[in-house]
Amino acid sequence: MSFETAGYQLLPVLPELVLAVGAMALLMVGAYRSQDATRLVTGLAVGLLAVVGVLELMLPAGKLTTFGGSFIVDDFARFLKILALIGSAATLILSAEFLADPSRRIFEYAILVLLSTLGMMVLISAGDLIMLYLGLELMSLALYVVAASNRDNAKSTEAGLKYFVLGALSSGMLLYGASLIYGFTGTVSFAGIAAAATTGSIGIVFGLVFLLAGLCFKVSAVPFHMWTPDVYEGAPTPVTAFFASAPKVAALAVFTRVALTAFPGIVSQWQQIVIFVAIASMVLGSFAAIGQSNIKRLMAYSSIGHMGFALVGLAAGTVEGAQGVLVYIAIYVAMTLGTFAVILTMKRNGHHVETISDFAGLSRTNPLLAFFFAMLLFSLAGIPPLAGFFAKFYVFVAAIKAGLFTLAVVGVLASVVGAYYYLTIIKVMYFDEPLAKLDPMRMELRTVLGVAGLFNILFFVYPGPLVSVATSAAKSLF
Amino acid sequence: MILTALFFYLFAGVCVASAVMVIASRNPVHSVLFLILAFVNAAGLFILMGAEFLGMILIVVYVGAVAVLFLFVIMMLDVDFAELREGFLEYLPFGLVVGAIFLAELLLVGGGWVINPDVAKSISSAIPANVSNTEALGLVLYTKYIHYFQIAGMVLLVAMIGAIVLTLRHKVSVKRQDINVQNARTPELAMSVRKVAVGQGLQDTDAPEWVK
Repeated sequence: MSFETAGYQLLPVLPELVLAVGAMALLMVGAYRSQDATRLVTGLAVGLLAVVGVLELMLPAGKLTTFGGSFIVDDFARFLKILALIGSAATLILSAEFLADPSRRIFEYAILVLLSTLGMMVLISAGDLIMLYLGLELMSLALYVVAASNRDNAKSTEAGLKYFVLGALSSGMLLYGASLIYGFTGTVSFAGIAAAATTGSIGIVFGLVFLLAGLCFKVSAVPFHMWTPDVYEGAPTPVTAFFASAPKVAALAVFTRVALTAFPGIVSQWQQIVIFVAIASMVLGSFAAIGQSNIKRLMAYSSIGHMGFALVGLAAGTVEGAQGVLVYIAIYVAMTLGTFAVILTMKRNGHHVETISDFAGLSRTNPLLAFFFAMLLFSLAGIPPLAGFFAKFYVFVAAIKAGLFTLAVVGVLASVVGAYYYLTIIKVMYFDEPLAKLDPMRMELRTVLGVAGLFNILFFVYPGPLVSVATSAAKSLF
Repeated sequence: MILTALFFYLFAGVCVASAVMVIASRNPVHSVLFLILAFVNAAGLFILMGAEFLGMILIVVYVGAVAVLFLFVIMMLDVDFAELREGFLEYLPFGLVVGAIFLAELLLVGGGWVINPDVAKSISSAIPANVSNTEALGLVLYTKYIHYFQIAGMVLLVAMIGAIVLTLRHKVSVKRQDINVQNARTPELAMSVRKVAVGQGLQDTDAPEWVK
């Protein structure tokens, strides 16, 4: 296959093209089918994501670039794109019940998730600031809409509006930073910026600060995290699962790529910012979660903390650090999807229950579910030999090798504090008096929970493949 | 040269003054009108700088579409702006601090530019000579930058889908026009002839089937 337009190779963007055209085709299917098309469109969307993933893996190996270097497909992009696709597909599967409700049969939900995924793929592959911004907006705009997709619910609408207003603010900051960087380097491409930004002039550093502030908002790192708990609580639960998985992958990917490929000359400048953000996120994520009684709010603080841990790896600024970030985010996605499968199962008499006390005595009414959930929580807390331990292990080793001892120590202490609230849930499940039995678990939730749970439990048996893929992905950035 | 400077200060002065009036005026409709004035003056500044395409597009898009849309929204929505402005004094110190920080940053960055003239040399893509803005943009927008253009199109598609998802409601009570049904109407369906008894008038039961 060799087809091109305006002198550009199109092969590297083939998966994105298929996704874009497929999403539009599904939109037509949904719009022109006379009876309700939600199930059909959602099913086809999952299939489309799988096809895109296969295409991504079938692209020729090595680093491919097109559109004058503004679109990069390297091992780093491949790894994270596959992860984002898995996250999106799993979210669509988790949403089946939400969409089956006759009061909100919106087939557009799947289309918006697909278009958001397209934005993520563009974002992950972005090789310049314009591509970065377009990818970010495409991803976020669809997210704002799905946050408000339960539009008859005041909380969902509030979540969507809040996310939109703050997201627009962060886009403004990002654009301000990008324009400063462009003004002081004269180029928007990451490679060009890297060549120009060797001395760290004050203008470039200001631009960098604003750019990173915008990106911190997207990964919900402290001090740009305020929207997270409200949006996570207000949005419909499957949408929250989506927010916590795929967009985080894309945002962290672009954070890493910008820091490591556009500003390798001024590592010391952005390193301080990342260290501060990482410490603040880890500490706030751990302490603020203690007082939460709503499991979705708790997961919001948990995700803030986890982003802090992932950024520890980036702060190192080395190959090991980048590899740590990649391993972390992969394991984080698996843990999050599993946890949300459990939260979606929490239904009594047809109503979703969301408080932590609703988990009381789950070990007696539903022992297998309680076991899997306990394993996921242990893993989130980072207890060996579960996957979450290895995730933290790699980032902390990278930080120590880079000489960032304080950061590693604070990180370990924060994870101890964080373990407290995860263990509280386990205590409620295993030692409190049981409540009424839950409604039976749906098939698709079982599948997602089973896969995510087994991955978490059995990761230590054979961690080789993920770690080696992450290593080669990290090396492709340097 | 003096004329250019004169126009620059005219446009810039009116622009800043009307921007102040946007937030200072009590009537929201006046605010929008001042916003339009600010846009027009900003367009003038662009034209002075030789960016005539940007200047014109600012007038067409911002003045022609966005600001007028604002005006409609403000006139249609019954927003109590007096109530909204109540917190103004409360947040004023915070706003002043943020404003001061931004001003300091702008001065620093601007200062860096003036003090370090080498920066201007690092700019890689020169302004094309003997080509108008519109032509220069047209040469690259659909060729070199086709991918940006297409992705921007996808962003707009998302906006369109989003607007429909969030606002469209299929109401059963709304009567819709069905052209097929209208065309298929025959005189027998549309009217009926009744014999009206003297002193009785038409009864409800006499109505044709489609009225019931």
